[in-house]
Amino acid sequence: MASHNRDQNSQSRTQEDFRPKILVFSTNSISDPGIDLAGSSHLHYPPTVVVLPIPCSSGLKPKWILYALQKGFDGVFIAADGTDCPYLPDCTDRTAQIATAAQQLVEEHGFEPARVKMAAICSVCAEPFVNHMKAFYETLQSLGPVKKESSPGETPPSSAPNSPPAKSKNNKGK
Amino acid sequence: MSHNNHFPTTNNVSGSPSGRRIGVYICYCGGNISDYVDVEKVREAIASTEGVVVAKTTMFACSDAAQQEIIEDIQEYQLDGLVVASCSPKLHLFTFRGAAERAGLNPYQYVQVNLREQDSWAHTDDPQGATEKAIKLVAAGIAKAKLTRPLKPYRLETVKRTLIIGAGIAGLRAALALADLGIEVIIVEKESQAGGWVNKFASLYPHKKNGQQLISSLLYELYQRENITLYTGAQVVEKKGCVGDFEIKIKTSQETVTHNVGAIIVATGFENYQPHQGEFGYGQTSAVITLPEFKTLVESSREKGTLEFNGRPIQSLAYIYCVGSRQPAAEENAHTYCSRFCCNAAVHTALLVTEINSSIHQFHLYRDIRTYGKFETLYEDACRQGSVFIRFAENEPPQVIPENGQLKIKVKDLLTAGEELELATDLIVLVTGMVPRENSELVNLLKLPIGKDGFFNEIHPKLRPVETVIDGVFIAGTAQGPKNSAESTASSLAAAAKAAALLIKGYVELEPLIAFVDVERCQWCGLCAEACPYEAITKGSLGEREIAEINRALCKGCGGCVPVCPQDALHLEGYTDEQVQAMIEALATESS
Repeated sequence: MASHNRDQNSQSRTQEDFRPKILVFSTNSISDPGIDLAGSSHLHYPPTVVVLPIPCSSGLKPKWILYALQKGFDGVFIAADGTDCPYLPDCTDRTAQIATAAQQLVEEHGFEPARVKMAAICSVCAEPFVNHMKAFYETLQSLGPVKKESSPGETPPSSAPNSPPAKSKNNKGK
Repeated sequence: MSHNNHFPTTNNVSGSPSGRRIGVYICYCGGNISDYVDVEKVREAIASTEGVVVAKTTMFACSDAAQQEIIEDIQEYQLDGLVVASCSPKLHLFTFRGAAERAGLNPYQYVQVNLREQDSWAHTDDPQGATEKAIKLVAAGIAKAKLTRPLKPYRLETVKRTLIIGAGIAGLRAALALADLGIEVIIVEKESQAGGWVNKFASLYPHKKNGQQLISSLLYELYQRENITLYTGAQVVEKKGCVGDFEIKIKTSQETVTHNVGAIIVATGFENYQPHQGEFGYGQTSAVITLPEFKTLVESSREKGTLEFNGRPIQSLAYIYCVGSRQPAAEENAHTYCSRFCCNAAVHTALLVTEINSSIHQFHLYRDIRTYGKFETLYEDACRQGSVFIRFAENEPPQVIPENGQLKIKVKDLLTAGEELELATDLIVLVTGMVPRENSELVNLLKLPIGKDGFFNEIHPKLRPVETVIDGVFIAGTAQGPKNSAESTASSLAAAAKAAALLIKGYVELEPLIAFVDVERCQWCGLCAEACPYEAITKGSLGEREIAEINRALCKGCGGCVPVCPQDALHLEGYTDEQVQAMIEALATESS
């Protein structure tokens, strides 16, 4: 099937049993309720999708997205407020700019920009969310696992001095 | 149902390098979570996390007994952080913040983890995957809780005075309600006369008073009260400040005055839909008129006892419903909503016509008819009194053809299996709906949120129906969407109650989860101030240096300023780099 030019990173994982890890940034009052609704409706999407809610998608820092890839997420999805944003009338444009900046930033660090995706998810957009997850999951499957950072000890840009101590107990190095 | 089933507990009390003492409670939700997530396994996986002092599972975390146990644990183990992994924070964030507060723990050191809507219910097909995900989600919650600090809501004194914009039936009724609660009211009306649309309305159902009588009785009451000031021919031209103490400039033809008000009620009403040239013959022949125009005619004819148009008695007329309402979304600036009042208004008007002259033939051409609630009897009366109702299909609307001084209508009647009818009438009444009023100056001034339909938007249609995202600004009446006058008044009294609740208390407490400035990094470039539509960021100073300053009362906590700072000097409380990165790390970590 697919060429295995990532073997050095993906260890023994083949494409079939590669389950992409997706981090979703949702927003407290718009997209997070939409994602809740997907669950309430028992719509299924891969459990390797995890959600981190923030107040507004225009408050997202590109460096957080880079950090997620550096920490092993295969893709980051921004579930944007879109035109429903309760705070910012131009939220769609702002979040789009952040997504573009994040794609540039991750590319500078050797990650494929396609690992960063954005779509507006409204507070009742349960099905669109699930469809986005399935499509993104497939995209990431064809991209293959995220490669480890080439330069060791990379920290996020413009440094986070008080980044939390690594939790050694949970980090059983594979 | 048992509410107090809690499961084996482990208390790993140990000295922790982070110095934090976190309690973690993982909820079965009576099976809603535990049927798909191995809750005990989750507890085992996170119990030994650094900083976790108590880790328990519970059948219903939200039950009184479980909350009591959490409170006792907070006190016994001197917890400085709390994580409850249960349902969506939309349901119980405030429940457990409250429990934390009752135990003496700062409520902002509580973190809710969503194991139900975003885990067990979404992955009923994959219990193992759901359990692995739950472990990550709880670990991320713990990571966040460890980086919380105690925060205090910002307390602000309020001015006991309300501004009401719009002196229609909604604005006037709200003014009386507030005045009677001892709150001073300033009303600003753009027109030269108070009363709005209702003042022009004909006889109203069911009491048969006309609009003018209703408005006069409200104005009479208004003039009895000393604590209401009404400005007519006036506009709000400037707004400063925030909830509890807005500074408002009002411009009248003679003067500009300034008032400080604690709350604002926007009751600016609606506009009638204006049919475009040629819409059902409108503008092409004078015998096609809108319902408001026809109602004026009916009202003036009631005394005369005869219904005439252009000097000729009307013998037959047709109403075409849903004009300007329920338009296909594909049309430009479509009004896709139902205007809700118009079916009732048209049927009621038909009854008034019958009162004048019962021999006038009246045809009602409709797509769907909704004479809800008490108005249903109006529809029955109209049927009984000879009104003929003809239903047409959405994709086959009636055609209006002017012919020999009379109007011909072609319509396919759905209820007689699509038979094509031709009606010749003297007059056609287009039953037009309500559309949002053009108010861009006010919208810009107050930063009012506008919904997809173009009307002002509430925070939540059921739970917070008259509040807007702008603290202290409420909406009332048809400014929010189509309503009849009874519904307008009900919503305006709701807005008055919310404004009064805010002002009688004497102070407001604002969320502390807002932006803050890293004063060491900030070099004041002003980009953050430009990014904030709430004008919450201004130039301040630190000694000699210029730095950004956040107005705690104006900041909404959206974080829109955070990514624009080239120095990375802005942060959002509750979503700092440290917290977000710690959560990302926990979410990325595979449990073994």
